[in-house]
Amino acid sequence: MTRAIRVFLVDDHRLFRAGVRAELGPHVTIVGDAGDVDTAIQGIRQTKPDVVLLDVHMPGGGGRAVIQAVHESLPDVRFLALSVSDAAEDVIAVIRAGARGYVTKTIAPDDLVVAIGRIQQGDAVFSPRLAGFVLDAFAGDLPPGVTSDDPEMDQLTTREKEVLRHIARGYTYKEVASRLFISVKTVETHVSAVLRKLQLSNRHELTAWAAGRDLL
Amino acid sequence: MIGGVAAGLGARLGVDPVLIRIAFVVLSLAGGAGVLLYGVLWAFTPVAAPGVPRRPATLQQATSLGLICLGVLLLLRGLGLWFGDALVFPVTLAAVGSAIVWTRGDDADRSRWSQVTARIPGSHALSSAAPGPASPVRLLVGTLLVAGAVAGFLAGQDGLDALRELGFAVLAALVGLGLLFGPWLWRLVDQLGLERRERIRQEERAELAAHLHDSVLQTLALIQRNADQPRRMVALARSQERELRGWLYGQRDRLHEQTHLGAAVEQVVEEVEAVHDLQVDVVVVGEAAVDDPVLALLAAMREACVNVAKHAGVTTASVYVEVEDDQVTAFVRDRGAGFELAAIPADRRGVRESIIGRLDRHGGHGRVRSRPGEGTEIELCVPRRRQPQGPPQPDGEAANDHHASHPREIHP
Repeated sequence: MTRAIRVFLVDDHRLFRAGVRAELGPHVTIVGDAGDVDTAIQGIRQTKPDVVLLDVHMPGGGGRAVIQAVHESLPDVRFLALSVSDAAEDVIAVIRAGARGYVTKTIAPDDLVVAIGRIQQGDAVFSPRLAGFVLDAFAGDLPPGVTSDDPEMDQLTTREKEVLRHIARGYTYKEVASRLFISVKTVETHVSAVLRKLQLSNRHELTAWAAGRDLL
Repeated sequence: MIGGVAAGLGARLGVDPVLIRIAFVVLSLAGGAGVLLYGVLWAFTPVAAPGVPRRPATLQQATSLGLICLGVLLLLRGLGLWFGDALVFPVTLAAVGSAIVWTRGDDADRSRWSQVTARIPGSHALSSAAPGPASPVRLLVGTLLVAGAVAGFLAGQDGLDALRELGFAVLAALVGLGLLFGPWLWRLVDQLGLERRERIRQEERAELAAHLHDSVLQTLALIQRNADQPRRMVALARSQERELRGWLYGQRDRLHEQTHLGAAVEQVVEEVEAVHDLQVDVVVVGEAAVDDPVLALLAAMREACVNVAKHAGVTTASVYVEVEDDQVTAFVRDRGAGFELAAIPADRRGVRESIIGRLDRHGGHGRVRSRPGEGTEIELCVPRRRQPQGPPQPDGEAANDHHASHPREIHP
C-alpha cells in the first residue's frame, strides 16, 4: 500500500540502518541513507524523499541540524524522529525544529510503516512517550520571564489533553476515536494542533526550563 | 591533630580550629606548655556536637588568639620556664610560620584549594604532599614569618653581617641552580600530574570493564545460549539495555532510591518484567513523593501487571501514571483476551482484594474495563496529600514538581 513512499534514512549506526532497510524494504522505497549530518543534508537535497527517518542524536549537531538545513528549501520533505533517547528536551527540540513525530527505535516494523504513512500524509505521529513529554511540558504555568503573545498557543485544551492522555495510555488513534466518540480524522486534527502548539509556543524556553526542572 | 581537641574547642568558642591548632603548635614549641594544655583540654573537652555552625576565622580572632599566646609566653618567661630570648622568640616566630603553612584546614577549604590548583600543571604533587591546604596567602605569610625568625635568630647571634655576604652567594647559587634544574623539576612535577591523571583514567576504565564483564557480557552469553527462545532473548536484551543505560547516564543510584514516583514505577515494572514474560511500556507524567497511598498504588499496579502476564495471553502491556494536584492515577492496559467481570467467581480474590480493596483502604479506587476479545484496562487512583517536597522549583511550583516521563517504546 505504501510502497510508493520514498524514504531517506539518517542514523550514525550502520547496523541499525541495515536493520531498518531490511525491515522496511518490502513496504516503502528507500532512496538513500546517511551516517552523518553533512552526508544526510546532501543526500536529502539530491533525492528529495517524502519522509526522512532521523536519528535524534548524531555527531555534528544531531537530527536538529539536518532539519534546520533543509526545512526551509524543501518544505515538502517531512521528518520522523527516531531515537533511543530518554531526554525530553532532545526530543522536544527536534520536534520544534520541524519533525512531525517521534518514535523509539524499539518500534515494531509494522508500526513504523504505519507511522511513515501518517507522516507522508502530513499528520503527526505521537507515540505514548512523546505524548507524555508534551503533557509534562504543558503542565503548570509558563516558565517565569516568558510572556505570552498568544495564550491559546501556550496551553492545551481539555480535549487535546484527553486525546494525549489516551495516546500515552497506549491507545492507537483509532481506539482513541472510538473511546471519545469522535472520528479518527478529529483525533488527527487534535494531534496536529498539539504539534503546532509545541512548535510555536512561547514555552520555547522549554529546553532550559526542562533542564531546570530536572527533566533528565 | 590527635584528639580533635582543636576542632572541639573551636566549635565551643566559635573559632576556626586552624587558629587553635596553630596556637597549640606554637605553645608546644615554646616550652612544651602547649602539649600539656592539649592533654588537659583533651581530657575535658566534650565530644563536639556535629552540625554546630562554625564562624569562619576572622582577623579579630586571629589577633586575639595571638595575643593570648603572647601573654602565655610572657607568663612562662616570668615563671622562668625559658630558654632565653634569643632562642625562644625566633623559634616562636618560626613555629607560627610553619604552623600557618602546615596545619590542616577544613575540607571545604581544601576543595577550594584543589580546584584552584587543578588548573596549574604539576600542582597535584604539591597539594598532595602537603598534609592540608595551604592557600597562597598562608604560604606567603608563613614563609615571611619563618624568614623573619631565621633573620632574628641570626641577628641574636650577631650573624647578620655574615648573612648579608652569605645571602648574595646563596642567592646567586640558587638562581644558577634554578636555571639548571628548574625546567627539569617542572617537567618532573608535570609528569607526576600526568601519571596521576592516567591512573585515574585507568581506574575508570577498569570499573567500566568490570561492569561490562559482570552484566553485559554475561547477558550476551545468556542470549547465545537461549537462541532458540526468542522471547527470553528479547527479555534479556531489554533488561540489559535498561540497566546499561541507567549505568551510563548516571542513574545508578536512582534505581535504588525510591523517593521519586518515576523511579519507583520503573522499578516495579522492571521487577515484573524480570519474573514474567512481559514487556511493559511506561509513561509517567508529573512527579510525586512516594508516600503510603502511592505505595499502595504501586503494589496494585504490580498486581495488575502480573495479571496481564498470567491471564491476558499477550506479551506487551502499557502503563501510564499521571500525577495531578489532588490525585495520582495509573492505567495498566493490555490488548489481550479480556474477560467478563461478572463471570469471575466470587472466590477469586486477585483483582478484588489485591487491587481494588487495597486502593479503597487508602481512600482511592480501582476500576476494571474489560470485554472478551478487546483487552483490559485497569484504572488505579489514590488521593494525593498536597505537600511541598523535593527541591524548590525554579518556577515556584514546589507542590507540583513535574518530572520527566521516562517512557519507552511505542505503539502509534
